[in-house]
Amino acid sequence: MSATTTTPAPAVGASDRPTRPFWALALLHLRYQFLETVRVPVAVLGNLLFPSLSMFFFVVPQRAVAEDPVVATVAVAGLGLFAVCSASLFTYGLGVAEDRQLPFYPFLRSLPTGPGPQMVARVLNGGIFSLFGLVPLVLIGWLFTEATVTPVRLVAGVGTILAVSVPFVLLGMAIGHALSAKAALPVVQVILFPLAFAGGLFLPPQMFPGWLDAISQATPTRAGRDLLVQATTGLEASAVALPVLAGWTVLFAVLAVLAYRRDEGRRFR
Amino acid sequence: MTISSTSAVTVTGVTRRFGPVLALDDVTLEVGHGELVGLLGPNGAGKSTLLSLVSGQRRPDAGQVRLDGRDPRDPRARTALGLTPQETGLPATLRVREVVDFVAGHYPEPVPTDELLDQFGLTDLGRRQTGSLSGGQKRRLAVALSLVGRPRVVLLDEPTTGLDVSGRTALWDAIRQYHASGGTVLLTSHYLEEVQALAERVVVIDRGNVLADDSLQAVLSRVGMRRVQLTDAEGVRREHLVPDSDAFVRDLVTAGTPFRDLEIRGATLEEAFGELVGQGAEQAAGTTHAGVTTNEGALR
Repeated sequence: MSATTTTPAPAVGASDRPTRPFWALALLHLRYQFLETVRVPVAVLGNLLFPSLSMFFFVVPQRAVAEDPVVATVAVAGLGLFAVCSASLFTYGLGVAEDRQLPFYPFLRSLPTGPGPQMVARVLNGGIFSLFGLVPLVLIGWLFTEATVTPVRLVAGVGTILAVSVPFVLLGMAIGHALSAKAALPVVQVILFPLAFAGGLFLPPQMFPGWLDAISQATPTRAGRDLLVQATTGLEASAVALPVLAGWTVLFAVLAVLAYRRDEGRRFR
Repeated sequence: MTISSTSAVTVTGVTRRFGPVLALDDVTLEVGHGELVGLLGPNGAGKSTLLSLVSGQRRPDAGQVRLDGRDPRDPRARTALGLTPQETGLPATLRVREVVDFVAGHYPEPVPTDELLDQFGLTDLGRRQTGSLSGGQKRRLAVALSLVGRPRVVLLDEPTTGLDVSGRTALWDAIRQYHASGGTVLLTSHYLEEVQALAERVVVIDRGNVLADDSLQAVLSRVGMRRVQLTDAEGVRREHLVPDSDAFVRDLVTAGTPFRDLEIRGATLEEAFGELVGQGAEQAAGTTHAGVTTNEGALR
């Protein structure tokens, strides 16, 4: 222990030191979260494997799907979106709930930053690892099915899927901040699978009866799927898809912020 | 010290409950800039709850908390705050340097990472994952993290728990240095010796109430106990905690009670503290304990 370097900042009245800029803090948290995620390779691998295995089990063996370029492309898009929704809800619902039980978490909340930068970083980090998960999916679709996509549409599809993941990351964060890890797990499962099914990620919504299709139109998964299908195949999405998705995004953002504000870490001293 | 219209920490009429448990009961406390205050109290007394309110992690049910003049739930207030993470809470997979860089990145004018690692003797450990550090190394890192942002107020919760004597002394030096350069320190410790070694002012909390709030000397003298040890006629070593040792000895001699090997010394903070929380003084090894007695009672 040598010379004094930890001298306190000079007194300048009542805390006139501003916090650091929002984006600087968001990047800082992104770097921290990315490092934490990649240092546990199993979690990364799980994210890569799950969508690929689903492709091999559910799409490649069904020749009727695999051999029709449009249907195959839609199937890849649906599974890709399911993978992103699932990763977002599990990583953020369960991940945040688990983080909150760690002793480092109250320390993080004492640092001079609000919830914003950390949440933005979580969304971006979720996007990065969703992209990793999409790479093998797209390769399998390209090599083992007739799915086709132009480079422009591929880029549009990737951009769309990242944008569509935002409300699911926010929903995950709302769950993670509101519930304990034990409660978050079943809640995520109960939300994810009905949403994925009703949103037409497993079965094409053209097969739905009228009443189910009406419900489906109002879900964020269906809205996201339609936008993604439009981006990758050019099939026109319904006019309500974008407002529906935007509405859910705003609602989940509000829920996430409310849950963060209410959350005071562990509930005991 | 710096002249400022606002105190470093102001707690006014604060109450905080956890379900049926009243953790803090109408607590008022003011810590001026540049003070070094020790918070003492048994487990569950409300010390950690108080620190979590001052650091903005929790909000009080009633009353007001101010950190450097602002609500600590406002991130701007926390640019002036430093806090130790619990050593078990360091992110295990991150390297020492990465954790320091991450925490430093939140502050407008942080201490450069190399300087901080050097000051705390962590330079050689910069590339190690925190999960592989020893308990003492983790403690040093934790205290270093509390100072990286050049805070004006530092909250140290049990800063040297589990350290050996040399590790503890080194950390005490770092805390004294920080305080000497004008920083405000609010410290909790299980080690009464630690509070006695560092603090100028002592606040004793028990069951959510402030029992005593005074200078270290005043808390010691307020209890005003002297420890008198002597060997009586039967050859039994006896110990008495008395408010006035002079009167006690005078009475002892006047009464003609036989004794030998008389020893008198001031009570330690530990004894004073035990007295304050009404648990009686700790029994010293190998002596018969007479408890806190009046001068008359001790002679009967």
